Amino acid sequence: MASLDSGDGGGGHKKGPGVKKAKKLSTRVDMTPMVDLGFLLITFFIFTSTMSSPTTMDLNMPKDTDKKEEETKVKMSGALTIMVGRDNNIFYYEGELTNENASQAFKSSTIKDIRDVIIKKKKEVESRYVPDAACEAKAKADGKDPNDCRQKDFFVLIKPTDEANYKDVIDLLDEMTINKVARYALLEPFDTEKELINATQGTAPAAAPAAPAAK
Amino acid sequence: MPKVNIAKKSTDTDMTPFVDIAFLILSFFIMATKFKPAEAVPIQTPNSVSSQKLPENDAVMISIDKDDKVYFSIMAQKDPQLARDIIKAAAQARNIPVTDAQTAGYFPGDMIGVPFNKLGAFLALPADQKKTYVQEGIPVKDSANNELYYWIAATRSVFAGKPLKYLIKGDNVSKYPAFKAIIDALKKNDEQKYNLVTMPEGAPTGTELWVERNSSKK
Repeated sequence: MASLDSGDGGGGHKKGPGVKKAKKLSTRVDMTPMVDLGFLLITFFIFTSTMSSPTTMDLNMPKDTDKKEEETKVKMSGALTIMVGRDNNIFYYEGELTNENASQAFKSSTIKDIRDVIIKKKKEVESRYVPDAACEAKAKADGKDPNDCRQKDFFVLIKPTDEANYKDVIDLLDEMTINKVARYALLEPFDTEKELINATQGTAPAAAPAAPAAK
Repeated sequence: MPKVNIAKKSTDTDMTPFVDIAFLILSFFIMATKFKPAEAVPIQTPNSVSSQKLPENDAVMISIDKDDKVYFSIMAQKDPQLARDIIKAAAQARNIPVTDAQTAGYFPGDMIGVPFNKLGAFLALPADQKKTYVQEGIPVKDSANNELYYWIAATRSVFAGKPLKYLIKGDNVSKYPAFKAIIDALKKNDEQKYNLVTMPEGAPTGTELWVERNSSKK
């Protein structure tokens, strides 16, 4: 058992005839209860401790403006619109959505797969980049990476519907950081987009029978 | 017969190093543990790759719980009076004044989730009753009568000139409209920069951020 050994505890006295023998007390202390208690405390602290403290993420929103000239212009060729629907459904389309191309352009995805979509679109926009000296000079003057100019036409529009989960919106914003998307915005979906989302996911509450069938 | 002598070995192992390590771990956990402040409402925040630390001072936190109820709390551990001034100013703006005796029950970090007409009564509750009191959330849904607007306006006037951060802490399953209502209230006050409270997570392997973070370490 756990015990503290402090030598033989006697000392070096010579036993002589006239020396009275002192009663030898053992100095060995039983440490079992202390160790028990020690482990009990360890268990307690392991369970109660919170190792990671919360962090914060920056979000800057543009000022609301009615003036046309103050609005940010987005090139349709470099735009990617991502919409968040109910039950973690993600929808996206590239460029502009018109009545003619709605059926092909409007695609559904998941939070896991959307990263590939973002990366693919970003690569595509970057490949179309024509060296822009003015932009690169400006980036250098501002102390930014001139390579960011390569994606200057790339713009991600995040449009959560009223049924979207907060987590999905944050995940998408996080996805922008992960993939180093320099330009993105949080917007309201258009009515036409809402209709398409509702048509895809249904307006009724989560269709329960569909899920088990997929398994 | 030759006798085989088996050396008698003691079964008593020396457990001292083992105990040493155990207590070392124990002291580590005692030091490293930071107890969660008692939360009236549990909120599960989403994860993000961000690594900025959460400020404990000079900030207000707007929380959304899983039922889309909105709460307001003032993070001013250094100066509790500041928080009480904010409450008084906000209530004053709505012509429902609260007394000093009522605000004295507020401590920085406490979450307020009641409409202004119930604020005085809520603040006057003893501490143990406050914890069990079910708050209905600050009314934000109606954009014409978004009470959060007055809270932020009051905070701005009290914090005038000092740095102030707006923290938004939302629950995983809360719905987007509550978040939007908060953003609207902040925008109405001409505030465009917010901090979203999340739990940390690593950058996913192979992504651009991951590449950048790993190369900068070298």
